[in-house]
Amino acid sequence: MRQSIEAVNLTKSYGSFIALSDLNLKLEGAKCIGFLGPNGAGKTTTLKLFTDMIRPSEGHALVGGIDVHSNKKEALSSCAALIETPEIYPSLTPVEALSMIAEIRGVPSEERGKRIEDSLSEVKMLEWKDKKVGRFSKGMKQRVNIASVLISDPSIIMLDEPTTGLDPRGMSEVREIVKSLKRRNRLIFMSSHLLNEVTDVCDEVAMIDHGKLLAYDTISNIILKFSENGSNIIEVGFSRAVDDSIIAEIGKLGNVKGTSKIDETNLRVEISGDIKAREGLLYELASMKIGVISFKPSTSALESSYLNMIKETL
Amino acid sequence: MSKQDVPSSIAQTFTVTKFELLNYFRSRRFIIMLGIGVIIGALLTLLVGYYRPSSFTTSSIDFYSSWWGTSAAYIVILSSIFFGGDAISGEFQNKTGYFTVGNPIRRSSIYMGKWLAAFIASFMIIVVFVAMTVLNNFYYFGPNMPYQFVESFLFTVLYLISVLGLTFFFSSLFKSSSIAILTTVVLMLFAFSLIQNLVNAFVHTEPWFLITYGAGIIGNILTVPYPLHTAITRFGHVAITSYAVTVPEGVAILAIYFIVTAILGLVLFERKEFN
Ligand SMILES: Nc1ncnc2c1ncn2[C@@H]1O[C@H](COP(=O)(O)OP(=O)(O)OP(=O)(O)O)[C@@H](O)[C@H]1O
Ligand SMILES: [Mg+2]
Repeated sequence: MRQSIEAVNLTKSYGSFIALSDLNLKLEGAKCIGFLGPNGAGKTTTLKLFTDMIRPSEGHALVGGIDVHSNKKEALSSCAALIETPEIYPSLTPVEALSMIAEIRGVPSEERGKRIEDSLSEVKMLEWKDKKVGRFSKGMKQRVNIASVLISDPSIIMLDEPTTGLDPRGMSEVREIVKSLKRRNRLIFMSSHLLNEVTDVCDEVAMIDHGKLLAYDTISNIILKFSENGSNIIEVGFSRAVDDSIIAEIGKLGNVKGTSKIDETNLRVEISGDIKAREGLLYELASMKIGVISFKPSTSALESSYLNMIKETL
Repeated sequence: MSKQDVPSSIAQTFTVTKFELLNYFRSRRFIIMLGIGVIIGALLTLLVGYYRPSSFTTSSIDFYSSWWGTSAAYIVILSSIFFGGDAISGEFQNKTGYFTVGNPIRRSSIYMGKWLAAFIASFMIIVVFVAMTVLNNFYYFGPNMPYQFVESFLFTVLYLISVLGLTFFFSSLFKSSSIAILTTVVLMLFAFSLIQNLVNAFVHTEPWFLITYGAGIIGNILTVPYPLHTAITRFGHVAITSYAVTVPEGVAILAIYFIVTAILGLVLFERKEFN
């Protein structure tokens, strides 16, 4: 059995809007591929095409070499996916919901009980196994959704922002689950906005924006190629909300190439030049007396490559 | 790597039916519909017992005609709406479809599995209503079972199949559950009978295109002798032609409604996108 996910000229348009444009991408082997891109880039659209939740306008989505749209049952027989945040019938319990999926996917009946227990314990939901899902919190529901992906022990797994709604411990548990899947030679394709998560568990990344694939490579190659020399990203923290006039002023400082707001009190500042330029920026920011309380280079190298790449397409 | 064989589409259909039924029984939906059926039956029991209307008490067949002939169709429509009204649209609106549809299962298996569950649940309601009807009849007329009532019951089941086909079609057509339900309610409870009356009064043609006209066989079979196919009533210069559907016609209308709406509903669901 070939363990692969392949897009051939895959295109999805809504009227004149092109959500995914001529994607050609082949993922195969035993590894984890992170799928990155800003909001509305087309990540969910791509994953929905791979599970026949939507139809391609052009091209083909192949899983294990089989076209998902024309032969969904066979194509997805050893592939499980978690797209966005599904809802489970509220009056069912996790055990019942998982039994349904196990039965649909043909998990042998003598193994079902144990598989359900195992996957619920992997997502730490064992103590809730006989409670109705309707009363669960968002994160608890998402844990059951993740268990539903594990239940059939698929060889190909697609996850769309799987840690949405999970607490920090839940996020790290999901990372461990993905790592253990990798150890068992699965192919995992996972969209995420959490670059530390992707750096931690993925071997390769595919980056997409405006429906177009920007790059598909190993993480180290991406970092090499896209975090250009002399470019630095600094995260600046403020004691109070930063308004647009302050941001504009910072933008005018020497060596500053661009700014973007992280949240109300944090700003990402991109500068060119060496360590001297950084020293100069800190001095200037401090003398502006605008409430700067922290100043640190962005830790994630992947992040700066990501930001560079996204910027280039604007 | 364990490669497990995905079950046949028929087996998957039954799996969907099983869990859908479990969901009906667990949620309050089934109990509420059962309650409505029982209340209608109890009200009829009280009214007939207290007022003893002559149309109920002359003969066993008249009893069935007055009781079953007038209420069965409403039970069918109500339970179809209860169990089928949002069956497909709910999968989109509530995002429950995201849980199942990404699995190796044909969409038609999901559609048919849910249809079957709605049919079984509605059928159970109807059986309870039949039991109340038969017990009342037994109280007034002793043990007896006119064959016309058996036929009428079978026609009711056919009507249920047909109405569920239509309900599922609308729930597949609209992504909003409330619009799907509203459309079915308005059509089945008001629009179709209004059209039927207008056609009778002004057009002088048989309303063979209406599912509610086809359902006339449920009551007609309990009228002895079977009503005339056409009857003309004159009010001075105005003549109103009214039609009584014949059994072959009624069966054909109900069957065709089911076949057409089932195919359309399935095609719509196959093509509908989850977004
Ligand atoms: N039914 C639809 N009609 C029109 N446009 C749509 C439809 N569904 C999605 N889109 C558009 O397609 C684009 C891609 O959406 P998609 O959900 O794939 O983004 P995403 O990369 O998953 O974003 P996010 O990170 O926010 O989840 C968006 O611009 C969205 O508005
Ligand atoms: Mg998305």
